[in-house]
Amino acid sequence: MSSAFSVLRQPLVEGDRTVAQVTSDIAAPLERRAGLMWWATFTAAFSMLMLGMIAITYQVATGIGTWGLNRTVGWAFDITNFVFWIGIGHAGTAISAFLFLLRQRWRTSISRAAEAMTIFAVMCAGIFPLIHMGRPWFAYWVLPYPNTRGPLWVNFRSPLLWDVFAISTYFTISACFWYLGLVPDLAALRDRFALWAKTGSLGVRIRYRIYSILSLGWNGSAKTWNGYESLYLLMAGLATPLVVSVHSIVSFDFATSILPGWHTTIFPPYFVAGALFSGFGMVLTLMLIARKVVHMENYITRGHIDAMCKIVIATGGMVAFAYITEIFIAWQSGNLYERFAFANRAFGPFGWAYRIMVFCNVFAPQLLWIRKIRNNLLAVFILSIFVNIGMWFERFVIIVTSLHRDFLPSSWAHYTPSLVEIATLIGSFGLFFTAFLLFCRVLPMICISEVKGVLNYGRRNGEH
Amino acid sequence: MSTSHKVYGLMAEFADGEELLAATRHAYEAGYRQMDAYTPFPIHGLAEAIGFRHSRLPLIVLLGALTGTATAFLLQWYPAVIDYPVNIGGRPLNSWPAFVPIMFELTVLFASFAAVFGMIGLNGLPRPYHPVFNVERFQLASKDRFFLCIQSNDPKFDLTTTRQFLEDQRPHEVAEVAP
Repeated sequence: MSSAFSVLRQPLVEGDRTVAQVTSDIAAPLERRAGLMWWATFTAAFSMLMLGMIAITYQVATGIGTWGLNRTVGWAFDITNFVFWIGIGHAGTAISAFLFLLRQRWRTSISRAAEAMTIFAVMCAGIFPLIHMGRPWFAYWVLPYPNTRGPLWVNFRSPLLWDVFAISTYFTISACFWYLGLVPDLAALRDRFALWAKTGSLGVRIRYRIYSILSLGWNGSAKTWNGYESLYLLMAGLATPLVVSVHSIVSFDFATSILPGWHTTIFPPYFVAGALFSGFGMVLTLMLIARKVVHMENYITRGHIDAMCKIVIATGGMVAFAYITEIFIAWQSGNLYERFAFANRAFGPFGWAYRIMVFCNVFAPQLLWIRKIRNNLLAVFILSIFVNIGMWFERFVIIVTSLHRDFLPSSWAHYTPSLVEIATLIGSFGLFFTAFLLFCRVLPMICISEVKGVLNYGRRNGEH
Repeated sequence: MSTSHKVYGLMAEFADGEELLAATRHAYEAGYRQMDAYTPFPIHGLAEAIGFRHSRLPLIVLLGALTGTATAFLLQWYPAVIDYPVNIGGRPLNSWPAFVPIMFELTVLFASFAAVFGMIGLNGLPRPYHPVFNVERFQLASKDRFFLCIQSNDPKFDLTTTRQFLEDQRPHEVAEVAP
């Protein structure tokens, strides 16, 4: 070992920031005017959102006959998008809960933004079952409540109802977790804006008021921190099994049916691994954009990107293993329909989608084994987009190829998405990025108090 | 002691978490009990140094979890068995294994609500007014300064001797906190 080799760990925050600088660095994007990059990305995202709004308005007014569905393929784009977005959300909870329990201290810089991503992704996911109802104004009928339609209850034995409970619980918990994590930071912003509130403009005074109210009078006393830390630990412990349950229940929507290609016991773990894989892909995409757009290079370092790449390799390996297992079981079962479902998946009319999926999810991420590629941010960005595309196609492949050719050849059909469906998918991306960009402008995108706690990590005592 | 009722307490400011922790330990050794420390981020061991032993939060969360499980079971059992029984090939009405996913979800939901509202309640939030904010420099407590406040309701509190004690801890400054 050479003498120049440091025994200290790589610091989690670069650029030798002091505790005071952490506050001003992270608050800076909220206090300056938005840059050209921000406006450019926001305009693009907002245009996509508006396109989606037009599509949704049209299909709600006209009916879901505007979609490309037919009697054989009754689920396609909508459920694909739903599962895709729910999966994206899982990485946020994984970062804030799994990695917290595993004492991965690097998570502090990315946890806030990843949790925000979870909330926005679940919002995007929620749109699709809602519009698939055709008459979304009756959406409350999925909730069990005493009603005047006779004693008519929802079917508690149906995975679709379990989904209602799982997704709404997941959204509620994620939002609570996120808000409580924000309280100490909102207090820091309150104290920061207090300096300018007396002389500042109306906008500054309004923001000071909002931060004051939302920070609940937080004063950072040791007793409050103690309660807050127990809360955080308990919430992490609760959110960890929750996130596993959510995607397991989503997979039950398929696995409890008798359709070849869906009816498999591997689905719950396979879906959870896929969700983490796609979620970390999206976290990488977002963080690589965000650190550039709002200049957080000192906080979201190459070390963070490197660690997330390794998680992508690991979860991608699980997904690849699940693909192989599925094919093996289909062959080993000796069941004609099961074997056909998988042969049709790979070589049938939707074989191109299967090949995109395998290329993006199994082969492309293997490049991340190479350190040079992990250090090349452009390469990582492109690979993260591949993961996003691959995982979207995975859900499309599972749903559409299993449905379009089932037991009876006379009922086989093809599926082509209509423009309305494509516009709705684009719109969901628009909603996601619009919400995320607005979040970057009004709330601290990095957890100030947590980063302060890890500032000395990897530095000598007294050197800060 | 008449003057001590006119102030909320005395507050010392430190530049470093380690110094604050040491001062807090000394204050506890000196017999002060009614005090609190204010920091921009959690400092390991500070709550123990003040003499704050454990939080009741886990118990509250357990009760919330059990309430959630019971609620979810009753919510599903009542329609399935009493209000809206459906005979599906003679299968049992109380098909509890099918109720497990929702029981799990509501367990987590109620437990989390118990955790959130438990923390807010135990910490006395939201708190529109707190005397510590009367100290001009206290706004730095959310930035990079560390404060120790010995409250006037402590039996050992005396404006002169407590101030002297805090000065001995070599703080940046000691301030009186208006009530």
